[in-house]
Amino acid sequence: MNVVGQTAEHLPSRGVGAGPPAIELRDLHKTFGSVNAVRGVDLRIDAGQVVAFLGPNGAGKTSTIDMVLGLSEPTSGSVSVYGLSPRDAVRKGLVSAVMQTGGLVKDFTVAETVRYVAHLFASSQPAQEVMERAGIDAIGDRLVGKCSGGEQQRLRFAIALLPDPDLLLLDEPTQGMDVEGRRSFWAAIRHDADQGRTVVFATHYLEEADAYADRVVLIRKGEIVADGTAAQVKALASGRTVRATLPDADEASLSAIGGVDSVEVRGDSVVVHCSDSDAVARHLLTRTDACDLEIAALGLEEAFIALTGDGGADNLSEGRFR
Amino acid sequence: MTSAVARPKPSDRGVPPFGGFSLQLVELEIHRLLRNRRTVIFSVLFPVFFFLVFGLNSAYANLRVGQGNTSAFIMISMALYGAVISTSGGAALVATERVAGWSRQLRITPLHPLAYIAVKMATSLVLGAASVAAVYITGAVTGKPSMPVGIWVTTGVVLWVGSLLFAAFGLFIGYLLPSENGMQVIGFSLMLFSFGGGLFIPLSQFSHLLRELAAFTPLFGLNQVVHYPLVQGSFDWTWAANLLAWLIIFTGGAVWRFRKDTARV
Repeated sequence: MNVVGQTAEHLPSRGVGAGPPAIELRDLHKTFGSVNAVRGVDLRIDAGQVVAFLGPNGAGKTSTIDMVLGLSEPTSGSVSVYGLSPRDAVRKGLVSAVMQTGGLVKDFTVAETVRYVAHLFASSQPAQEVMERAGIDAIGDRLVGKCSGGEQQRLRFAIALLPDPDLLLLDEPTQGMDVEGRRSFWAAIRHDADQGRTVVFATHYLEEADAYADRVVLIRKGEIVADGTAAQVKALASGRTVRATLPDADEASLSAIGGVDSVEVRGDSVVVHCSDSDAVARHLLTRTDACDLEIAALGLEEAFIALTGDGGADNLSEGRFR
Repeated sequence: MTSAVARPKPSDRGVPPFGGFSLQLVELEIHRLLRNRRTVIFSVLFPVFFFLVFGLNSAYANLRVGQGNTSAFIMISMALYGAVISTSGGAALVATERVAGWSRQLRITPLHPLAYIAVKMATSLVLGAASVAAVYITGAVTGKPSMPVGIWVTTGVVLWVGSLLFAAFGLFIGYLLPSENGMQVIGFSLMLFSFGGGLFIPLSQFSHLLRELAAFTPLFGLNQVVHYPLVQGSFDWTWAANLLAWLIIFTGGAVWRFRKDTARV
Protein backbone atom coordinates (compact mmCIF):
# COMPACT_ATOMS: atom_id res chain seq x y z
CA MET A 1 0.00 0.00 0.00
CA ASN A 2 1.49 3.29 -0.98
CA VAL A 3 0.11 5.88 1.32
CA VAL A 4 3.22 7.80 2.22
CA GLY A 5 3.68 10.82 0.02
CA GLN A 6 0.30 10.57 -1.57
CA THR A 7 -1.86 13.63 -1.73
CA ALA A 8 -4.83 11.65 -0.53
CA GLU A 9 -7.13 12.59 -3.40
CA HIS A 10 -9.31 9.67 -2.45
CA LEU A 11 -10.34 11.38 0.74
CA PRO A 12 -13.66 13.16 1.07
CA SER A 13 -13.41 16.78 0.10
CA ARG A 14 -16.43 18.83 1.01
CA GLY A 15 -14.73 21.98 -0.13
CA VAL A 16 -15.41 24.46 -2.85
CA GLY A 17 -13.93 22.03 -5.34
CA ALA A 18 -11.78 23.73 -7.91
CA GLY A 19 -9.40 26.44 -6.84
CA PRO A 20 -6.05 26.47 -5.14
CA PRO A 21 -5.43 24.00 -2.29
CA ALA A 22 -5.86 25.32 1.24
CA ILE A 23 -2.25 24.50 2.01
CA GLU A 24 0.56 23.60 -0.33
CA LEU A 25 4.00 22.88 1.09
CA ARG A 26 6.83 22.12 -1.30
CA ASP A 27 10.12 20.65 -0.12
CA LEU A 28 9.82 22.65 3.07
CA HIS A 29 12.88 22.92 5.29
CA LYS A 30 13.40 24.78 8.54
CA THR A 31 16.69 24.89 10.34
CA PHE A 32 17.36 26.44 13.73
CA GLY A 33 21.13 26.65 14.05
CA SER A 34 22.26 23.04 13.72
CA VAL A 35 18.78 21.58 14.35
CA ASN A 36 16.79 20.52 11.30
CA ALA A 37 13.25 20.93 12.59
CA VAL A 38 11.56 20.36 9.23
CA ARG A 39 13.29 18.29 6.58
CA GLY A 40 11.68 18.31 3.18
CA VAL A 41 7.95 18.27 3.80
CA ASP A 42 5.69 18.06 0.74
CA LEU A 43 2.04 18.33 1.61
CA ARG A 44 -1.11 19.37 -0.18
CA ILE A 45 -4.32 19.84 1.76
CA ASP A 46 -7.43 20.47 -0.28
CA ALA A 47 -10.23 22.76 0.78
CA GLY A 48 -12.78 21.15 3.07
CA GLN A 49 -10.65 18.43 4.60
CA VAL A 50 -10.26 17.87 8.32
CA VAL A 51 -6.66 16.82 8.80
CA ALA A 52 -4.96 15.66 11.99
CA PHE A 53 -1.31 16.44 12.31
CA LEU A 54 0.31 13.95 14.64
CA GLY A 55 3.80 13.58 15.88
CA PRO A 56 5.80 13.45 19.08
CA ASN A 57 7.12 16.61 20.68
CA GLY A 58 9.89 18.12 18.60
CA ALA A 59 8.75 16.35 15.43
CA GLY A 60 8.33 19.65 13.60
CA LYS A 61 4.55 20.11 13.84
CA THR A 62 4.64 23.51 15.45
CA SER A 63 7.51 24.67 13.21
CA THR A 64 5.45 23.69 10.18
CA ILE A 65 2.30 25.39 11.51
CA ASP A 66 4.32 28.54 12.25
CA MET A 67 5.45 28.67 8.61
CA VAL A 68 1.89 28.17 7.34
CA LEU A 69 0.83 31.13 9.50
CA GLY A 70 3.75 33.28 8.37
CA LEU A 71 5.14 33.45 11.90
CA SER A 72 8.46 32.18 10.61
CA GLU A 73 10.13 31.96 7.23
CA PRO A 74 11.13 28.63 5.70
CA THR A 75 14.87 28.04 5.41
CA SER A 76 14.08 26.68 1.95
CA GLY A 77 11.06 25.45 0.04
CA SER A 78 7.72 27.16 -0.31
CA VAL A 79 4.44 27.62 1.53
CA SER A 80 1.24 28.79 -0.06
CA VAL A 81 -2.17 29.20 1.52
CA TYR A 82 -5.03 29.38 -0.97
CA GLY A 83 -2.38 30.30 -3.53
CA LEU A 84 -1.21 33.28 -1.46
CA SER A 85 1.76 33.93 0.77
CA PRO A 86 0.93 33.10 4.40
CA ARG A 87 1.04 36.76 5.43
CA ASP A 88 -1.39 37.80 2.70
CA ALA A 89 -3.71 34.97 3.65
CA VAL A 90 -3.63 36.14 7.27
CA ARG A 91 -4.26 39.76 6.29
CA LYS A 92 -7.34 38.73 4.36
CA GLY A 93 -8.62 36.65 7.25
CA LEU A 94 -8.44 33.47 5.16
CA VAL A 95 -6.55 31.62 7.83
CA SER A 96 -6.67 31.80 11.59
CA ALA A 97 -5.41 29.62 14.38
CA VAL A 98 -5.68 28.51 17.95
CA MET A 99 -2.08 28.27 19.03
CA GLN A 100 -0.62 26.66 22.10
CA THR A 101 1.47 29.73 22.70
CA GLY A 102 -1.21 32.28 21.81
CA GLY A 103 -1.17 34.66 24.72
CA LEU A 104 -4.05 36.70 26.04
CA VAL A 105 -4.13 40.00 27.89
CA LYS A 106 -5.00 39.35 31.53
CA ASP A 107 -6.55 42.75 32.22
CA PHE A 108 -8.93 42.74 29.25
CA THR A 109 -12.32 41.16 29.83
CA VAL A 110 -13.38 38.23 27.67
CA ALA A 111 -15.74 40.43 25.63
CA GLU A 112 -13.13 43.18 25.22
CA THR A 113 -10.62 40.66 23.89
CA VAL A 114 -13.11 39.45 21.29
CA ARG A 115 -14.09 43.00 20.31
CA TYR A 116 -10.42 44.03 20.06
CA VAL A 117 -9.61 41.27 17.58
CA ALA A 118 -12.91 41.79 15.73
CA HIS A 119 -11.84 45.37 14.96
CA LEU A 120 -8.67 44.10 13.28
CA PHE A 121 -10.35 42.41 10.35
CA ALA A 122 -11.79 44.03 7.26
CA SER A 123 -14.95 42.07 7.89
CA SER A 124 -15.64 40.11 10.99
CA GLN A 125 -18.33 37.92 12.45
CA PRO A 126 -20.31 39.63 15.24
CA ALA A 127 -18.47 39.35 18.57
CA GLN A 128 -21.61 38.14 20.33
CA GLU A 129 -22.11 35.33 17.83
CA VAL A 130 -18.60 33.84 18.11
CA MET A 131 -18.79 34.06 21.90
CA GLU A 132 -21.99 32.05 21.82
CA ARG A 133 -20.46 29.51 19.48
CA ALA A 134 -17.42 29.13 21.72
CA GLY A 135 -19.63 28.91 24.80
CA ILE A 136 -18.25 31.98 26.55
CA ASP A 137 -21.14 34.43 26.12
CA ALA A 138 -22.04 34.05 29.79
CA ILE A 139 -18.59 35.15 31.00
CA GLY A 140 -18.10 38.18 28.73
CA ASP A 141 -17.49 40.55 31.62
CA ARG A 142 -14.95 38.35 33.35
CA LEU A 143 -11.30 39.41 33.29
CA VAL A 144 -9.20 37.04 31.21
CA GLY A 145 -6.79 36.63 34.13
CA LYS A 146 -9.65 35.18 36.17
CA CYS A 147 -10.65 32.58 33.57
CA SER A 148 -9.75 28.90 33.85
CA GLY A 149 -7.44 27.28 31.32
CA GLY A 150 -10.43 25.76 29.51
CA GLU A 151 -12.23 29.11 29.35
CA GLN A 152 -9.13 30.81 27.98
CA GLN A 153 -8.88 28.07 25.36
CA ARG A 154 -12.51 28.71 24.34
CA LEU A 155 -11.68 32.40 24.12
CA ARG A 156 -8.81 31.63 21.75
CA PHE A 157 -11.24 29.58 19.71
CA ALA A 158 -13.75 32.45 19.65
CA ILE A 159 -11.04 34.82 18.41
CA ALA A 160 -10.03 32.35 15.72
CA LEU A 161 -13.63 32.21 14.45
CA LEU A 162 -13.92 36.00 14.04
CA PRO A 163 -12.68 36.28 10.44
CA ASP A 164 -14.82 33.27 9.44
CA PRO A 165 -11.59 31.69 8.17
CA ASP A 166 -11.49 29.26 5.25
CA LEU A 167 -8.62 27.50 6.97
CA LEU A 168 -8.43 26.94 10.70
CA LEU A 169 -5.22 25.66 12.28
CA LEU A 170 -5.50 24.23 15.77
CA ASP A 171 -2.48 23.36 17.88
CA GLU A 172 -3.62 21.15 20.78
CA PRO A 173 -7.01 22.87 20.67
CA THR A 174 -8.79 21.06 23.48
CA GLN A 175 -6.02 21.24 26.04
CA GLY A 176 -7.45 22.15 29.42
CA MET A 177 -11.05 21.50 28.37
CA ASP A 178 -13.21 19.01 30.22
CA VAL A 179 -14.86 16.10 28.44
CA GLU A 180 -18.09 17.98 27.75
CA GLY A 181 -16.11 21.00 26.52
CA ARG A 182 -14.15 18.79 24.14
CA ARG A 183 -17.31 17.20 22.81
CA SER A 184 -19.06 20.49 22.06
CA PHE A 185 -15.84 21.91 20.63
CA TRP A 186 -15.57 19.10 18.10
CA ALA A 187 -19.25 19.34 17.28
CA ALA A 188 -18.67 23.00 16.35
CA ILE A 189 -15.57 22.15 14.30
CA ARG A 190 -17.39 19.36 12.48
CA HIS A 191 -20.30 21.65 11.72
CA ASP A 192 -17.99 24.23 10.14
CA ALA A 193 -16.06 21.60 8.22
CA ASP A 194 -19.34 20.46 6.70
CA GLN A 195 -19.79 24.00 5.41
CA GLY A 196 -16.47 23.79 3.62
CA ARG A 197 -14.00 25.03 6.18
CA THR A 198 -10.61 23.34 6.09
CA VAL A 199 -9.38 22.31 9.51
CA VAL A 200 -5.87 21.17 10.39
CA PHE A 201 -5.23 20.20 13.97
CA ALA A 202 -2.30 18.94 15.96
CA THR A 203 -3.26 16.93 18.98
CA HIS A 204 -1.94 14.38 21.38
CA TYR A 205 -5.42 13.05 22.08
CA LEU A 206 -5.12 10.32 19.50
CA GLU A 207 -8.75 9.34 19.87
CA GLU A 208 -9.64 12.85 18.67
CA ALA A 209 -7.62 12.34 15.52
CA ASP A 210 -9.24 8.97 15.08
CA ALA A 211 -12.78 10.26 15.61
CA TYR A 212 -12.73 13.61 13.86
CA ALA A 213 -10.11 13.63 11.10
CA ASP A 214 -10.72 12.68 7.46
CA ARG A 215 -7.01 12.35 7.09
CA VAL A 216 -4.08 11.76 9.41
CA VAL A 217 -0.58 13.04 8.66
CA LEU A 218 2.14 11.61 10.84
CA ILE A 219 5.31 13.59 11.14
CA ARG A 220 8.51 12.37 12.73
CA LYS A 221 11.87 14.10 12.95
CA GLY A 222 10.76 16.73 10.47
CA GLU A 223 9.51 14.30 7.84
CA ILE A 224 6.12 12.90 6.95
CA VAL A 225 6.10 9.19 7.73
CA ALA A 226 2.47 8.36 7.03
CA ASP A 227 -0.46 10.07 5.38
CA GLY A 228 -3.92 8.61 4.92
CA THR A 229 -7.21 7.98 6.67
CA ALA A 230 -7.01 7.02 10.32
CA ALA A 231 -7.86 3.44 9.37
CA GLN A 232 -5.11 3.32 6.75
CA VAL A 233 -2.52 4.71 9.12
CA LYS A 234 -3.49 2.21 11.77
CA ALA A 235 -3.18 -0.60 9.29
CA LEU A 236 0.17 0.74 8.12
CA ALA A 237 1.85 0.50 11.43
CA SER A 238 0.33 -2.40 13.16
CA GLY A 239 -1.64 -4.32 10.61
CA ARG A 240 -4.58 -6.20 12.05
CA THR A 241 -5.11 -9.04 14.37
CA VAL A 242 -7.28 -11.97 13.34
CA ARG A 243 -8.39 -14.19 16.20
CA ALA A 244 -10.37 -17.42 15.82
CA THR A 245 -11.26 -20.56 17.68
CA LEU A 246 -9.52 -23.40 15.84
CA PRO A 247 -8.41 -26.59 17.61
CA ASP A 248 -5.23 -28.10 16.20
CA ALA A 249 -4.36 -25.13 14.07
CA ASP A 250 -1.72 -25.68 11.43
CA GLU A 251 0.81 -22.95 12.17
CA ALA A 252 2.87 -23.55 9.08
CA SER A 253 0.04 -23.16 6.57
CA LEU A 254 -1.19 -20.02 8.30
CA SER A 255 2.29 -18.51 8.25
CA ALA A 256 2.50 -19.16 4.54
CA ILE A 257 -0.36 -16.75 3.76
CA GLY A 258 0.91 -13.50 2.26
CA GLY A 259 1.23 -10.60 4.70
CA VAL A 260 1.27 -12.69 7.86
CA ASP A 261 3.75 -11.53 10.45
CA SER A 262 3.22 -13.99 13.23
CA VAL A 263 0.95 -16.80 14.29
CA GLU A 264 0.29 -17.65 17.91
CA VAL A 265 -1.55 -20.75 19.01
CA ARG A 266 -3.06 -20.51 22.46
CA GLY A 267 -4.84 -23.69 23.30
CA ASP A 268 -7.90 -23.84 21.09
CA SER A 269 -7.53 -20.35 19.74
CA VAL A 270 -5.22 -18.86 17.20
CA VAL A 271 -4.08 -15.25 16.85
CA VAL A 272 -2.63 -14.07 13.55
CA HIS A 273 -0.93 -10.68 13.15
CA CYS A 274 -1.02 -9.66 9.54
CA SER A 275 -1.26 -6.78 7.12
CA ASP A 276 -3.86 -8.47 4.92
CA SER A 277 -6.58 -9.59 7.30
CA ASP A 278 -8.96 -10.37 4.44
CA ALA A 279 -6.70 -13.10 3.08
CA VAL A 280 -6.28 -14.66 6.51
CA ALA A 281 -10.01 -14.53 7.23
CA ARG A 282 -10.83 -16.06 3.87
CA HIS A 283 -8.35 -18.85 4.48
CA LEU A 284 -9.63 -19.55 7.98
CA LEU A 285 -13.29 -19.59 6.98
CA THR A 286 -12.97 -21.51 3.75
CA ARG A 287 -10.10 -23.92 4.37
CA THR A 288 -10.38 -24.66 8.08
CA ASP A 289 -13.02 -25.24 10.73
CA ALA A 290 -12.32 -21.94 12.41
CA CYS A 291 -15.22 -20.21 14.13
CA ASP A 292 -15.79 -17.13 16.33
CA LEU A 293 -13.62 -15.08 13.99
CA GLU A 294 -12.67 -11.59 15.15
CA ILE A 295 -10.70 -8.99 13.22
CA ALA A 296 -9.30 -6.09 15.20
CA ALA A 297 -7.28 -3.13 14.12
CA LEU A 298 -4.81 -1.96 16.67
CA GLY A 299 -5.43 1.57 17.95
CA LEU A 300 -4.10 4.68 16.37
CA GLU A 301 -2.02 5.06 19.46
CA GLU A 302 -0.08 1.88 18.71
CA ALA A 303 0.30 3.02 15.12
CA PHE A 304 1.52 6.37 16.33
CA ILE A 305 4.13 4.82 18.58
CA ALA A 306 5.24 2.33 15.96
CA LEU A 307 5.58 4.95 13.25
CA THR A 308 7.01 7.81 15.26
CA GLY A 309 9.03 5.97 17.89
CA ASP A 310 12.68 5.18 17.42
CA GLY A 311 11.79 1.97 15.65
CA GLY A 312 9.64 3.85 13.14
CA ALA A 313 12.35 4.25 10.54
CA ASP A 314 13.25 0.58 10.79
CA ASN A 315 9.65 -0.42 10.22
CA LEU A 316 9.63 1.74 7.13
CA SER A 317 12.85 0.30 5.82
CA GLU A 318 11.38 -3.20 6.02
CA GLY A 319 9.30 -2.15 3.11
CA ARG A 320 6.13 -3.04 4.89
CA PHE A 321 4.63 0.29 4.05
CA ARG A 322 5.66 0.55 0.43
CA MET B 1 -23.07 17.78 0.22
CA THR B 2 -23.54 20.86 2.29
CA SER B 3 -20.90 22.76 0.37
CA ALA B 4 -23.86 24.36 -1.36
CA VAL B 5 -23.81 26.76 1.59
CA ALA B 6 -21.06 28.44 -0.40
CA ARG B 7 -18.32 30.16 1.48
CA PRO B 8 -17.30 33.53 0.06
CA LYS B 9 -14.55 33.17 -2.52
CA PRO B 10 -11.09 33.65 -1.00
CA SER B 11 -10.39 36.36 -3.54
CA ASP B 12 -13.38 38.40 -2.33
CA ARG B 13 -11.83 39.03 1.03
CA GLY B 14 -10.44 42.45 1.88
CA VAL B 15 -7.62 43.85 3.94
CA PRO B 16 -8.27 46.44 6.69
CA PRO B 17 -7.13 50.05 6.08
CA PHE B 18 -4.21 51.61 8.02
CA GLY B 19 -2.69 48.22 8.81
CA GLY B 20 -5.55 47.55 11.22
CA PHE B 21 -5.19 50.78 13.23
CA SER B 22 -8.53 52.08 14.51
CA LEU B 23 -9.78 54.37 17.24
CA GLN B 24 -11.89 51.57 18.69
CA LEU B 25 -8.66 49.78 19.58
CA VAL B 26 -7.37 52.89 21.32
CA GLU B 27 -10.63 53.13 23.21
CA LEU B 28 -10.39 49.53 24.42
CA GLU B 29 -6.77 50.09 25.46
CA ILE B 30 -7.74 53.19 27.44
CA HIS B 31 -10.43 51.25 29.31
CA ARG B 32 -7.81 48.70 30.15
CA LEU B 33 -5.29 51.32 31.34
CA LEU B 34 -7.85 52.98 33.59
CA ARG B 35 -8.58 49.64 35.19
CA ASN B 36 -4.96 49.52 36.34
CA ARG B 37 -4.87 51.73 39.43
CA ARG B 38 -1.09 51.77 39.62
CA THR B 39 -0.83 53.31 36.17
CA VAL B 40 -3.32 56.04 37.03
CA ILE B 41 -1.62 56.80 40.36
CA PHE B 42 1.85 57.02 38.83
CA SER B 43 1.02 59.01 35.76
CA VAL B 44 -1.78 61.29 36.94
CA LEU B 45 -1.88 61.57 40.73
CA PHE B 46 1.88 61.70 41.42
CA PRO B 47 2.60 64.73 39.20
CA VAL B 48 -0.35 66.57 40.76
CA PHE B 49 0.92 65.68 44.22
CA PHE B 50 4.46 66.83 43.35
CA PHE B 51 3.11 70.12 42.05
CA LEU B 52 1.13 70.68 45.26
CA VAL B 53 4.24 69.95 47.35
CA PHE B 54 6.84 71.91 45.35
CA GLY B 55 4.89 74.43 43.33
CA LEU B 56 3.01 76.39 45.96
CA ASN B 57 5.77 77.30 48.43
CA SER B 58 5.30 81.01 49.03
CA ALA B 59 9.06 81.40 49.60
CA TYR B 60 9.58 81.28 45.82
CA ALA B 61 6.25 80.58 44.09
CA ASN B 62 5.69 84.18 43.05
CA LEU B 63 9.28 84.91 41.98
CA ARG B 64 9.31 86.20 38.44
CA VAL B 65 10.48 83.86 35.63
CA GLY B 66 10.32 85.22 32.08
CA GLN B 67 6.67 85.78 31.20
CA GLY B 68 5.35 84.33 34.44
CA ASN B 69 6.31 83.08 37.90
CA THR B 70 8.17 80.15 39.48
CA SER B 71 4.95 78.32 40.34
CA ALA B 72 4.13 78.21 36.61
CA PHE B 73 7.67 77.00 35.87
CA ILE B 74 7.28 74.13 38.36
CA MET B 75 3.84 73.30 37.04
CA ILE B 76 5.30 72.83 33.55
CA SER B 77 8.06 70.59 34.97
CA MET B 78 5.57 68.37 36.79
CA ALA B 79 3.27 68.12 33.79
CA LEU B 80 6.28 67.04 31.72
CA TYR B 81 7.15 64.46 34.34
CA GLY B 82 3.61 63.06 34.19
CA ALA B 83 3.55 63.06 30.41
CA VAL B 84 6.83 61.14 30.05
CA ILE B 85 5.76 58.59 32.68
CA SER B 86 2.58 58.03 30.66
CA THR B 87 4.21 57.66 27.27
CA SER B 88 7.14 55.51 28.40
CA GLY B 89 4.94 53.33 30.59
CA GLY B 90 2.36 52.85 27.85
CA ALA B 91 5.03 51.95 25.32
CA ALA B 92 6.69 49.51 27.70
CA LEU B 93 3.41 47.56 27.85
CA VAL B 94 4.25 46.33 24.36
CA ALA B 95 7.02 44.32 25.97
CA THR B 96 4.88 42.71 28.65
CA GLU B 97 2.36 41.74 26.00
CA ARG B 98 5.12 40.18 23.99
CA VAL B 99 6.15 38.05 26.95
CA ALA B 100 2.55 36.97 27.47
CA GLY B 101 2.41 35.91 23.80
CA TRP B 102 -0.27 38.47 22.89
CA SER B 103 1.87 40.02 20.16
CA ARG B 104 2.30 36.55 18.69
CA GLN B 105 -1.47 36.15 18.74
CA LEU B 106 -1.81 39.52 17.01
CA ARG B 107 0.62 38.45 14.32
CA ILE B 108 -1.98 36.03 12.99
CA THR B 109 -4.36 38.96 12.47
CA PRO B 110 -4.09 41.69 9.81
CA LEU B 111 -2.69 44.11 12.43
CA HIS B 112 0.62 45.50 11.16
CA PRO B 113 3.37 45.74 13.84
CA LEU B 114 3.66 49.48 13.20
CA ALA B 115 -0.11 49.93 13.55
CA TYR B 116 0.12 48.04 16.84
CA ILE B 117 2.81 50.44 18.07
CA ALA B 118 0.73 53.37 16.81
CA VAL B 119 -2.22 52.14 18.90
CA LYS B 120 0.06 52.03 21.95
CA MET B 121 1.42 55.53 21.22
CA ALA B 122 -2.06 56.97 20.80
CA THR B 123 -3.19 55.34 24.03
CA SER B 124 -0.16 56.69 25.87
CA LEU B 125 -0.79 60.13 24.44
CA VAL B 126 -4.35 60.10 25.77
CA LEU B 127 -3.07 59.15 29.21
CA GLY B 128 -0.35 61.81 28.87
CA ALA B 129 -3.01 64.40 28.02
CA ALA B 130 -4.95 63.41 31.13
CA SER B 131 -1.80 63.80 33.17
CA VAL B 132 -0.99 67.25 31.72
CA ALA B 133 -4.59 68.38 32.11
CA ALA B 134 -4.71 67.21 35.74
CA VAL B 135 -1.58 69.19 36.63
CA TYR B 136 -2.66 72.31 34.72
CA ILE B 137 -6.19 72.27 36.13
CA THR B 138 -4.80 71.83 39.64
CA GLY B 139 -2.50 74.80 38.93
CA ALA B 140 -5.41 76.92 37.72
CA VAL B 141 -7.53 76.01 40.73
CA THR B 142 -4.79 76.94 43.22
CA GLY B 143 -4.34 80.23 41.39
CA LYS B 144 -0.59 80.30 42.08
CA PRO B 145 0.93 79.74 38.63
CA SER B 146 0.86 82.90 36.61
CA MET B 147 1.60 83.27 32.89
CA PRO B 148 -0.29 84.53 29.81
CA VAL B 149 -3.08 82.24 28.59
CA GLY B 150 -1.31 81.60 25.29
CA ILE B 151 1.70 80.21 27.15
CA TRP B 152 -0.47 77.84 29.19
CA VAL B 153 -1.63 76.43 25.88
CA THR B 154 1.69 76.34 24.01
CA THR B 155 3.68 74.82 26.88
CA GLY B 156 0.94 72.25 27.47
CA VAL B 157 0.86 71.18 23.83
CA VAL B 158 4.64 71.22 23.35
CA LEU B 159 5.35 69.09 26.39
CA TRP B 160 2.51 66.71 25.56
CA VAL B 161 3.78 66.11 22.02
CA GLY B 162 7.44 66.23 23.14
CA SER B 163 6.79 63.42 25.62
CA LEU B 164 6.57 61.06 22.61
CA LEU B 165 10.38 61.03 22.74
CA PHE B 166 9.96 58.89 25.83
CA ALA B 167 7.64 56.50 24.08
CA ALA B 168 10.75 55.46 22.17
CA PHE B 169 12.55 55.12 25.50
CA GLY B 170 9.73 52.96 26.89
CA LEU B 171 9.80 50.71 23.80
CA PHE B 172 13.56 50.34 24.03
CA ILE B 173 13.58 49.40 27.74
CA GLY B 174 10.49 47.26 27.26
CA TYR B 175 12.16 45.23 24.53
CA LEU B 176 15.42 45.11 26.49
CA LEU B 177 13.89 43.99 29.81
CA PRO B 178 10.49 42.50 29.01
CA SER B 179 9.06 42.01 32.49
CA GLU B 180 7.75 43.85 35.52
CA ASN B 181 11.41 44.77 36.11
CA GLY B 182 11.27 46.84 32.96
CA MET B 183 8.55 49.01 34.49
CA GLN B 184 10.64 49.54 37.62
CA VAL B 185 13.71 50.40 35.60
CA ILE B 186 11.64 52.95 33.70
CA GLY B 187 10.25 54.52 36.88
CA PHE B 188 13.68 54.74 38.45
CA SER B 189 15.39 56.05 35.29
CA LEU B 190 12.75 58.72 34.81
CA MET B 191 13.29 59.85 38.39
CA LEU B 192 17.04 60.18 37.70
CA PHE B 193 16.45 61.85 34.33
CA SER B 194 14.07 64.28 36.01
CA PHE B 195 16.76 65.34 38.48
CA GLY B 196 19.29 65.53 35.63
CA GLY B 197 16.90 67.54 33.48
CA GLY B 198 16.21 69.98 36.29
CA LEU B 199 12.54 69.07 36.69
CA PHE B 200 12.70 68.62 40.45
CA ILE B 201 15.54 70.89 41.53
CA PRO B 202 16.71 73.94 39.56
CA LEU B 203 20.00 73.11 37.84
CA SER B 204 21.42 76.39 39.17
CA GLN B 205 21.62 74.74 42.57
CA PHE B 206 23.88 71.97 41.24
CA SER B 207 27.69 72.16 41.44
CA HIS B 208 29.42 73.26 38.25
CA LEU B 209 30.49 69.69 37.35
CA LEU B 210 27.02 68.21 37.91
CA ARG B 211 25.50 71.00 35.87
CA GLU B 212 27.81 70.21 32.96
CA LEU B 213 26.93 66.51 33.17
CA ALA B 214 23.21 67.22 33.51
CA ALA B 215 23.22 68.81 30.08
CA PHE B 216 23.80 65.35 28.59
CA THR B 217 20.90 63.58 30.31
CA PRO B 218 17.79 62.68 28.26
CA LEU B 219 15.25 65.00 29.87
CA PHE B 220 17.50 68.07 29.82
CA GLY B 221 16.89 69.15 26.24
CA LEU B 222 13.16 68.49 26.30
CA ASN B 223 12.75 70.26 29.64
CA GLN B 224 14.54 73.36 28.36
CA VAL B 225 12.48 73.39 25.16
CA VAL B 226 9.10 73.07 26.91
CA HIS B 227 9.96 75.90 29.30
CA TYR B 228 11.17 78.14 26.50
CA PRO B 229 7.77 79.80 25.79
CA LEU B 230 7.67 80.85 29.47
CA VAL B 231 11.34 81.69 30.09
CA GLN B 232 12.05 83.10 26.61
CA GLY B 233 15.45 84.74 26.03
CA SER B 234 17.89 83.09 23.65
CA PHE B 235 17.21 79.61 22.31
CA ASP B 236 20.22 77.37 22.91
CA TRP B 237 20.68 74.92 20.04
CA THR B 238 22.40 72.40 22.31
CA TRP B 239 18.92 71.73 23.74
CA ALA B 240 17.72 70.64 20.33
CA ALA B 241 20.92 68.66 19.84
CA ASN B 242 20.34 66.86 23.15
CA LEU B 243 16.74 66.10 22.22
CA LEU B 244 17.63 64.85 18.76
CA ALA B 245 20.55 62.74 20.00
CA TRP B 246 18.40 60.94 22.56
CA LEU B 247 15.58 60.47 20.07
CA ILE B 248 18.05 58.74 17.74
CA ILE B 249 19.51 56.65 20.58
CA PHE B 250 16.13 55.50 21.91
CA THR B 251 14.57 54.87 18.51
CA GLY B 252 17.71 53.11 17.28
CA GLY B 253 17.74 50.95 20.40
CA ALA B 254 14.05 50.10 20.09
CA VAL B 255 14.40 49.18 16.40
CA TRP B 256 17.50 47.11 17.14
CA ARG B 257 15.76 45.11 19.87
CA PHE B 258 12.56 44.86 17.83
CA ARG B 259 14.47 43.32 14.91
CA LYS B 260 16.21 40.82 17.19
CA ASP B 261 12.87 40.00 18.67
CA THR B 262 10.92 39.31 15.50
CA ALA B 263 13.78 37.20 14.21
CA ARG B 264 13.34 34.95 17.22
CA VAL B 265 9.56 34.66 17.63
